[in-house]
Order: sequence, then structure tokens, then C-alpha cells
Amino acid sequence: MSDVIPPRQDGPQAPSESGPQIGVDEWVARRQGRLAAPTTMAGRAQQQLTRVPQWVLLVGFVAVVALIPVVTSDEYVLRVTADTMLYALLAMGLNVAVGWAGILDLGYIAFYGFAAYLFAELSSPHYGLHWPTWASVPVVIVATIILGFLLALPTRRLSGDYLAIVTLFFGVIFVTFVTQGYRWDWLGFGGTHDITGGPNGLTQIDPWRIFGYELTKVRDYIWVEVAGFLIVALVLAFANHSRTGRAWRSLRDDTLAAEVMSMPVNRLMLLAVAVGAGVAGFAGAINGAYYQGVFPSSFGFATLITVYAMVILGGAGSLPGVVAGAILINVLLEVLRDPDHARWVFYVLVFGFIVAKIRPWRVLGAVLGGLVVFGLVVNAIVGAVWPRGTAGPISTGVFEFTTNGWLAAALRHWLVLPKDTYEVADYQISNVAFVILICLVLALTVVQGWWRYVLLVPTIWTAAFVWETHLIEEAPTTRPLLLGVILIVLMAVRPQGLFGTPRVEVV
Amino acid sequence: MAESALLELKDVSKAFGGLRCIDKLDLDVAEGEIVSVIGPNGAGKTTLFNLVTGIYRPDEGDILFEGRSIVGLAPHAITNRGIARTFQTLRLFLNMTVKENVMAATYGRTRASIVESMLRLPRSRREEKESSRFAEERLGFFGQRLMGYRWNQPAYSLSYANRRRLEIARATATRPRLLLLDEPAAGMNPVETLEITELIGKLREEGGYTILVIEHDMHVVEGISDRVVALDHGVKIAEGTFEEVATDARVVEAYLGTSAMERS
Repeated sequence: MSDVIPPRQDGPQAPSESGPQIGVDEWVARRQGRLAAPTTMAGRAQQQLTRVPQWVLLVGFVAVVALIPVVTSDEYVLRVTADTMLYALLAMGLNVAVGWAGILDLGYIAFYGFAAYLFAELSSPHYGLHWPTWASVPVVIVATIILGFLLALPTRRLSGDYLAIVTLFFGVIFVTFVTQGYRWDWLGFGGTHDITGGPNGLTQIDPWRIFGYELTKVRDYIWVEVAGFLIVALVLAFANHSRTGRAWRSLRDDTLAAEVMSMPVNRLMLLAVAVGAGVAGFAGAINGAYYQGVFPSSFGFATLITVYAMVILGGAGSLPGVVAGAILINVLLEVLRDPDHARWVFYVLVFGFIVAKIRPWRVLGAVLGGLVVFGLVVNAIVGAVWPRGTAGPISTGVFEFTTNGWLAAALRHWLVLPKDTYEVADYQISNVAFVILICLVLALTVVQGWWRYVLLVPTIWTAAFVWETHLIEEAPTTRPLLLGVILIVLMAVRPQGLFGTPRVEVV
Repeated sequence: MAESALLELKDVSKAFGGLRCIDKLDLDVAEGEIVSVIGPNGAGKTTLFNLVTGIYRPDEGDILFEGRSIVGLAPHAITNRGIARTFQTLRLFLNMTVKENVMAATYGRTRASIVESMLRLPRSRREEKESSRFAEERLGFFGQRLMGYRWNQPAYSLSYANRRRLEIARATATRPRLLLLDEPAAGMNPVETLEITELIGKLREEGGYTILVIEHDMHVVEGISDRVVALDHGVKIAEGTFEEVATDARVVEAYLGTSAMERS
């Protein structure tokens, strides 16, 4: 009885060797069809990108960045390039824990800060230590890896929300420590001692010195970052396609199954955090020397969120993705500094969103037409009743105005621009308009059907009004606001990030 | 047991709060045997698997594998000793490719450190090649179903039956001696059920695995089992050949209730 296998009956048709083509294959075929002929622009771009071997992308990218200092000597462009590359390194490091191992590590920025501070301690007049670069940089990286291990030890059994809270706590405690570290008192024995320089940070940090050549110019650091980027990207890509990388991705998908399939989950989590910390350590050592100073505020919550945004926007888990995210966000943040550029970003974004989201076409036409007419009518009425209300200039930042450009000219006929936004009455108008805008946006989420389109017209017009009379002048507040909007829009359009692959949680 | 038992449970108990899921259970599985565990829902079958694979730790008793105790070992260590399992509720690495799923399970049988992997040193390259070839071989066990273009598809694109097959392939990639299959035929259509029945026999013949299987489909149980163990409320109520167990009064009672007995 035992070994007898029941004879195959002539019931339902026996499976052929290639297997019956039931259900799934249709689904696969449809998905592959979509991949073969993507409909969205991002999809098409991604398709083109996946055809190119990754090493070609890497070499091309590295070559282009390395040539930037040769092509231009514009200090501003060089600084933005150097900052962006630093962020790209950070994003790749964060991607190890967040993108591959699926660990929500909010303490990451503390590794970066720790490395920058350690480098500063080792190579500044603060302790009079002036270690050579070949010694200080490896020491910083190794120390940061060890810190990564130590911080991951108490958290390795946590997951999800709990892990996020505890790691966030580490990040916060680091900033507190360096801010208060100028009066460290050794448990009350032996008076206070200045370790971190407190809120003023540590300055006069030695530059890197490689083969007797002192790196003092921005372009030197760009090349250091490019070389570092090349090494880090290769090493991480190799790690990802090894047994360890597969194990990381396994435990991200199903921790229990990974454990049962012979992977030591706890150890692998420690390893992921430590490898990420190593990359952050390298970036931190560059940071200290490049800015010639380290300050508590550089390693706070804002930086953490920026790096996270880069990883998520670019597509967590994809190396080219997170690098693209770093470039996009850092360059965008720079562009938004200048009101003239920020204005273009704003209107292109608004226009793009309307065109992308509103269907059918006749409704889209009606909304756009309605917008133009609404603006012109309001402009005409206000102009007739209160001439000063439309006589204002187009702002290009604090106390700078322009009347040039077709966009500016169009806006003058479409919007209401009080003559002087610094006069109390006019300032109040834009404040009130801001409150009205918030009410309109809230109303927009409540109303249904075609009322929504009707309401959309004054909402957008009010947004433009508030933008021109108020927000554009306050770049520091507007930048994160606009960045948030861009993130929301992109996440709505492509939840998996620019280059990420859509992830399935439960099927 | 005449032969030395590969897996031996001695007086194993496990309770969750006041609920005794496994109660003083004795069970042994000899080398090369196929043993089926049957029982109504909630009888403690999956808990038994969780105890053997180290997900739960028994409150009392001892579990021996190859004569050595495995109680208290971490699940991955137990897998490395040579016990692999599949899950009743499929637990694949859905966002990894089919081949990566199988390759991931070779983790315990490979040794390259993270540094060796990062630098692609010889050992890492050699193991990669071996893992890849081994994974292809494991997937080839299922004929053409998991071959070719399927290797590079994400696991979530597979059909239910293919996911079950992939789970078996993944479990065998850990190079086990004992294979625990948790309802391998659940959710399969009659043709696929028939096929899985053949497959389990083939697994033993070709792979040399000893197999402990939980199954509800009595045709499958009848087709594959050397021995059947019936559980109810964590207690072993019957053990023997399929015929013996299927006609056992307590088994029928456990499945159908007492009144059914009275009627018959």
C-alpha cells in the first residue's frame, strides 16, 4: 500500500509536460505586454533604462560628474554638484537598511553625524590632533560601522513602528549630545569638559591630504566623491547580488520564512545597519573636511527627512533609483531658492497636474478655459473698482521686481497684484487669501461630481495669488512646502518611486 | 522502531495560555519514511511543525533529530541541521524572482562572508555559480513548470499551484534530510492534487528525503503514506497504516462527532 501511487484517472485532462496554461499566464502575459509597451512617460524611460546594463549607467554617470569641474569653474554649480554627490552616497547607504533589508532605520543620520564629528575631532585644533587622512578616514569608517552594530543590537528584535521610534530616539539623542557636549562633566567628577563644541560646532577642520596633495578646492572633493561613489556603488551592487543581499531581501519580504529557510535574521539585520553605517561613515568623513566645520544642525531631523525622501522618491531598493532621487531632490531644492525659477516650477507643476489628472478632454478644456476667463474677469473687475489692486509688480524675491518675460506679462493680466505687498493692508489681503485657499482646498476634498471642477478654478487662482504675493518671497518656508507637494504628486503617480519596481505585500 | 528514528518527539507539550495545543505527544519518523499527520482543524498539526522547526519552544519534552536534541535552537540552526518545511499559508519571498527564492535558501549551505561578496573574491564567485546551478536543478524537479522564462519572474506572478511547487523547491534547496510539508495539496484542483501525490513519492525516491506531511485530502494521504498519525486536541488518537487509522473509531469520532458513530 505504502508506495503505491494512485493510477492517473481519465478524468480531467492530464497535465502536459509544459503545464496547463491556466489563469496566471494570462496575467503574466498582460503584465509583460504592459512592460513591453508602457503607456506613461516614466514607464517608457524606465524601460529604456532597464535595457542598458547597469555598469554602463554607472560608468556614464561617474564620467559625466567627473567632467563637471573640467567643463565649468562656476563655484555655485560646483558646490551643488559636491552636495548632490554627498547626498547620493548617503542615499545609497540608507538604501541598504531601508530598501533591501526593509528596516525602518530613522537613526541613520546619527551615523553620518558621528562620522563627521569623529573626523573633526581627529583633524582639528580642538584636541590638537591632526591625524593624516590615510589614518583618520579608515578609523572613522570602522568606528561608524561599530557604532552601527552597537545601535542595532538593542533594536534587532524590533520591527515596524517600534523600530522606527527607537531608532528615531537615537537620532534625536545624538543631536542633543553634540549640542550639549561642550559641558560634559564625567558623571560629576573633575569639572566640565568641552567635547563637541556645543551649538557652535567644531571648525578649522583639516582638509583631506592624499599623496601629499592637499584637497582645498571644491573640485577636489567632487573627484573624491566620484571615486568613492564608484567604489560604494560597485561594492553595494555586488553585495546585493550575493547570498547576503538575497538574504536581506528575503527577510524584508517575510522575516519568519527567511529564518526558517536557514537565514540568521538577527545577524543579517545587524549587518545591514552596519553596512549602511559604513557608507554613512565615509560620507561623514568627507562632510567634515569639505565644509571645514561640523555643526549639530546639519545632522538633525531635516537632513534625515531629505535623505529619506531621496530614497523613497527614487525607488527604495534600486541603486540607480536612489541616486536619481538624490540628484532630483537636491537640484530641485537649489532651483527653488531663486523665485524666478521657483515660479516656473510652480506653474509647470500646477499645469501638469491638471492636464494629467483631469479627464475626459472636454472637462479638461473647460477647466483650463474657465481658469483663464476667471482670472481675466477678476482682474478686470478689480482693475475697475480698485486700480491700485492690479498695478503691483511681479516679485522675484525680496525687494526685487521684474516686468519682463511673457509669463510675468500674462500673470499681470490674469492675477490681482496689489501695488505694494509690504503695505499693511495689502499684506493682510494675501494673509486672508491664504486662509481662504486652505478652506477652498478642504472644500475640494468634500464636494463631489462636477462641483469639484467648478470649485477647482477659484482654488487654483487663489493658490496662484497667494503664491505670487506671499509664498514666493519666503523661500525658506516655501521650499519644503513645494517639495512636499511634489512628493505627494509623484507618490500619487508612481507609488513605487521613479525607478522602483512595484512591490507586492500580500496577494 | 526497528531502525533508528531520524526524528523523535518525546512527551512534547505546548500550551498557549490555558489551551494545550500539543499534549504529551510521542512521535517518531524513521529514515526514508513518509508519515502523514491528519486531524480536524485546530488539532495541533501546524503547531507540531512549528515546534519541530524551532518557531515555538516546547514547554515540556524533548525533540531529537539524528539522535541529538534540537530544543532551544534557533530556526535557522535547525534548518542547517537538516530539517526544512513549507507553509500552509504560502510564505514565499514574493518580490524576489523565482530563481532568487530558491537561491536565497542556500544561505545556510554557503559560507562567503559579506566582505568576500562585496569584493567578488573567488569563494564568493564559486558559491554563486554553485547556488545558481543548484537552484536551476531544484526548479527542474518540477518539469517545465518553473523553468526558462519563469526564473526571472517575480514570485508573485506565479499561480497558486506553482507557488506551492516553488515552496517545495525552496525547502529542498536547504539540502534537508527531513522535509515537512504543510498541506501541499491545499487549494489545488484535482489534476494538480494528483500530480502532487506523485511528486511526494518522487521526492523520496530521487531526493532521498524523509517526509512528514500534514494533509487534509484523504486521497493524497492514502496515496503517499507509509504510516498515518491522527491528532485531535493535541493528543495522538491513532497511528498505523491508512486503513487502520481511517477505520479507527476515535478518528471517525474526531472528524464527524459522536452522533455519526451512533448512526452508523
